[in-house]
Amino acid sequence: MTDARSHRRHERLPRTAKVIAAFTVVFFCLPFIGLLWRTPWTRLLDVFGDSTTRDALWLSMRTSITAAIVSVFLGVPLAWTLASIPFRGRNIVRSLCLISMVLPPVVGGISLLFSLGRSGLFGRYLDDWFGFRFTFSSWGVVVAQVFVALPFLVLTVEGALRQADPRFSEAARSLGANSWYAFRRVTLPSIRSALIAGTVLAWARAFGEFGATITFAGNYPGTTRTLSIATYLSLESDPGRAMALSIMMIMISFVVLVSLRDRWLSPTDGARS
Amino acid sequence: MSLNLEFDVRRSSFTLHARFDCVPGETVAIIGPNGAGKTTLLKAIAGLVPLDDGSIRLDGETLDRASSDDFVEPDRRPIGMVFQDYLLFAHMTALENVAFGLRARGEKVAEARRRAKALLESMNIADCAPLRPGSLSGGQQQRVALARALAIEPRVLLLDEPLAAIDPASRHELRANLSAQLRSFGRIVLLVTHDMDDVRTIADRVIVLDSGRVVWDGPVTDDGWLPR
Repeated sequence: MTDARSHRRHERLPRTAKVIAAFTVVFFCLPFIGLLWRTPWTRLLDVFGDSTTRDALWLSMRTSITAAIVSVFLGVPLAWTLASIPFRGRNIVRSLCLISMVLPPVVGGISLLFSLGRSGLFGRYLDDWFGFRFTFSSWGVVVAQVFVALPFLVLTVEGALRQADPRFSEAARSLGANSWYAFRRVTLPSIRSALIAGTVLAWARAFGEFGATITFAGNYPGTTRTLSIATYLSLESDPGRAMALSIMMIMISFVVLVSLRDRWLSPTDGARS
Repeated sequence: MSLNLEFDVRRSSFTLHARFDCVPGETVAIIGPNGAGKTTLLKAIAGLVPLDDGSIRLDGETLDRASSDDFVEPDRRPIGMVFQDYLLFAHMTALENVAFGLRARGEKVAEARRRAKALLESMNIADCAPLRPGSLSGGQQQRVALARALAIEPRVLLLDEPLAAIDPASRHELRANLSAQLRSFGRIVLLVTHDMDDVRTIADRVIVLDSGRVVWDGPVTDDGWLPR
């Protein structure tokens, strides 16, 4: 959007809307102000530098980035199917795939535990046949994170695909591209913004994941104790440390979200000329 | 060697009844009012719209038959199409747009780019090669779209209002250019247009569609006589 256009939109905005918007911003900021006020700033560097924090941070980064990548690989074909094939029961399938977004994460964790956990319906076979367990494994963390993060990517990408002009894909098909090639080379680049936004949102959700992870994968230092879990555990024993870890998570998330600029959040780039 | 059309496509407001043949070297103009089924006709030939009845055959090979599983996917048809608004891929340069079909058909990058470059040169727009469609004029976009369709060396070329988006001042020159390109193409061309000057300058034969039916099918004579 050009500056002139954004200026015009700004001028048209009613005063009431501006007041409510300002109140909302304050509402969002208050908890952070409270946290900043109580943070033991002198301990910050010590907490950031100790090995348990580094382990938890490294684990969180590793698993959340993996979860975001897995979400792209699973979520894009799902979004494509939901956006383009009007099959019977599509709404039910979509609701099932998005339900983890509205569930309390701990419910997601319990569901995963009873399906993919060591004694779960499917998990027991993974253990019997391959000796593989998600519990107390970093892959368990990734699965829990994907479970809660995937809907953010699917929703964002499906919305963009619905708005994308299907004629560009037809043009690609007429030139000799099979549907997969046309999607990869023409449709997907045309919704690049939404794909990036969806991936970053999925990453952010995975990075902050707590309930499903601790329920399903457990809490084992270095393997499943992510930064969120470490923060929660510190709250009882050492609240100052919990505040320092919270500051660290806020800083990381804030930097990533600030880098998700407006233009990446526009619905589609459009493949049009 | 011909394109044989004998099919129906049902739409909400009309049913297209296509019953005619085209032979190589022939440029057939399809004219008619909006909603007559002109674009549907081209899309059906390209395989982008399913037939409800009948069949499409090219050089004896069935491309599509409604009553059976005979259906050649759009990407397997030897048919090139220039779409209305050109539909150039905005994230690719002109050269990449022209090379797209060759790459999609498995051509190596270097060879695809070499052939795309040669085509752009033959159309006097070699300078446009590194530019994105957004930086091109309407006329340049039209030529890139034509080059993109010709790059795959189709046996049938479908043109959907290729000059409609061109400003009147440039249209005359581009029409002459298009006419020359199509003459050297020498295969089957179907040209949808609203402009009678396009028909007189470019086409050998004119088909008038109205509400999905062919109401006129005849040659464009030397004196430019056309159906009233």
